[in-house]
Amino acid sequence: MSRDGITMWLTPFLARPIALIGLCVLLAMVIAAAFAPWLAPYDPYAIHPVSRLMPPDAVHWFGTDQFGRDTLSRAIYSARMALLIGAGVVLFALITGIPIGVFSALFPRLGHVLMRMVDVLMAFPSLLLALGLIVILGPSVANSIIAIGAGYMTTTTRIIYGLALRLRAETYVEASRSMGSGTGWLVVKHILPNLISPLLVQASFVFAFAQLGAASLDFLGLGAPPDIPSWGNMLAESRTFITRAPWLLFFPGMMIVLTAFSLNLVGDALRDRLDPRFRDVFSGEG
Amino acid sequence: MWSYALKRAGATLVTLWAASVIIFAFIHLIPGDPIYVLLGDTATPDQIDRLRHELGLDEPIVVQYLQWAGHALRGDLGQSIFFQAPVTRVIADGAETSILLATMTMVWVVLIGVPIGTIAAVRHGTWLDQGLSGVAMFFASVPTFWVGLYLILIFAATLGWLPSSGYPSIFEGGSGNLRYLLLPSLTLAAPNAALILRLTRASMLDVSREDYVRTARAKGIRPWQVVRRHILRNALLTVVSAFGFTFAALMSEAVVTETVFALPGIGRLVVQSILRRDYPVIQGIILVIVVLYLFINLIVDLAYRFLDPRVELQ
Repeated sequence: MSRDGITMWLTPFLARPIALIGLCVLLAMVIAAAFAPWLAPYDPYAIHPVSRLMPPDAVHWFGTDQFGRDTLSRAIYSARMALLIGAGVVLFALITGIPIGVFSALFPRLGHVLMRMVDVLMAFPSLLLALGLIVILGPSVANSIIAIGAGYMTTTTRIIYGLALRLRAETYVEASRSMGSGTGWLVVKHILPNLISPLLVQASFVFAFAQLGAASLDFLGLGAPPDIPSWGNMLAESRTFITRAPWLLFFPGMMIVLTAFSLNLVGDALRDRLDPRFRDVFSGEG
Repeated sequence: MWSYALKRAGATLVTLWAASVIIFAFIHLIPGDPIYVLLGDTATPDQIDRLRHELGLDEPIVVQYLQWAGHALRGDLGQSIFFQAPVTRVIADGAETSILLATMTMVWVVLIGVPIGTIAAVRHGTWLDQGLSGVAMFFASVPTFWVGLYLILIFAATLGWLPSSGYPSIFEGGSGNLRYLLLPSLTLAAPNAALILRLTRASMLDVSREDYVRTARAKGIRPWQVVRRHILRNALLTVVSAFGFTFAALMSEAVVTETVFALPGIGRLVVQSILRRDYPVIQGIILVIVVLYLFINLIVDLAYRFLDPRVELQ
């Protein structure tokens, strides 16, 4: 990316301090995930029956759970799961959505049928679709990504389809086509580059909603295996102890909220800086 | 209008048909033979063959689909493995809780989302608007069950004002039992009210840039009259069109909320049926919800075109 490009992407954040804070929180999450073994004060799996359900103090900043495991360490390691699920769902939505959406816009006859099939999938509420897929695939981290991704693949494909249709009708695309450009060239030269910024907006919203979806699956016991540290798993375990150990409820929940809130802030800021032609695509929620 | 309504209804039926194929395929995509799930490991080959024949599982797949769809159209969704009862009755048992919960939630969503969204739009750009919009975005970023657990911790466990779980039928205990649904409906309303708030605000800001709003102001109509009669009324059209989407979100979040509050509704039934491997119940619930969702979308769509004649009838 050129220097101008970088400045262009930084402007929305400089113009809106709160979005910059969101960006910093996300950066902190990435650092927490990348350097978890060095940042976490304790082994997130280490069981200490003597110090179980200890409230937050100088030794255990976030307290300990029913097995005496350090909540802060588990919360830091959980950032890995959060980023993995979020990135996985976004990738899944883009890898399926870009080819289907662009293809459908360029070849209307077959495209119409494809988009009707996407509509059919949209008739399933997202978590219900995810639960159905989990029943077929079985609960695991990878399957959580597929199950949640399936729900966002549809909205993402619809958005890409709408954008590609508009781009195809642009005068410069028509001009390029009339000068003999092939379809492949049109896609690489004109359509894909123009999709980058709207898709970045969509990606930040999908990433945020994927966090909430994954937390729901974990909470229901149908997501990541229970011993793996994830904020959803931690909350599921905290349920039994909410009056005795409210800190087990507070910290993991706060991490989810911080992540999703920051992603929504960033998405909003990017959307407001978006080319006005594309803005109405995101008038609803991600 | 009528030709549009017919076309739209036809499209809904086609979608429903395609969705029914997916829902039918669901049972066949589950790894393992459903017969073994039904009979367990100790079944003799004879028993297996007999049950396979009884259930029609030895027929070609297309015949199986037609039989299944035919039964579904007549209101027969098969037998629950766990309850040893018709799936329709199992679903009907959970319907009271879920319908009441959804209704109470929608009341909260409208009562909270629309007025506060209006205030934010009228006070556009002020600290009040930014504060309200910030709170809305916060609630849109919060996992539903976390709100629920906090409400339980505060209002049930600490203050003891409201029950933390379960729901005895109002037909047995009177309408006072609705208090069991107060915390769950507030939990479920939180993210959806936030959504409607944001939508009301955004759509009011859009409308307030219209020429007829400027004309109304220029005519000297009182500002709040302009807001109420010209801006809000037109802005609510967009909000109405979002109710289909809200319903889908509600269905998804009800699964989690009913689990948190141990409510005997359809949402919790899905989760329990997954853990019990009671596949016919899961299949039945998914079918019922998809039918409901498509139907609500159809109604919302038609109502929208009916309320706003400017909308192009394709």
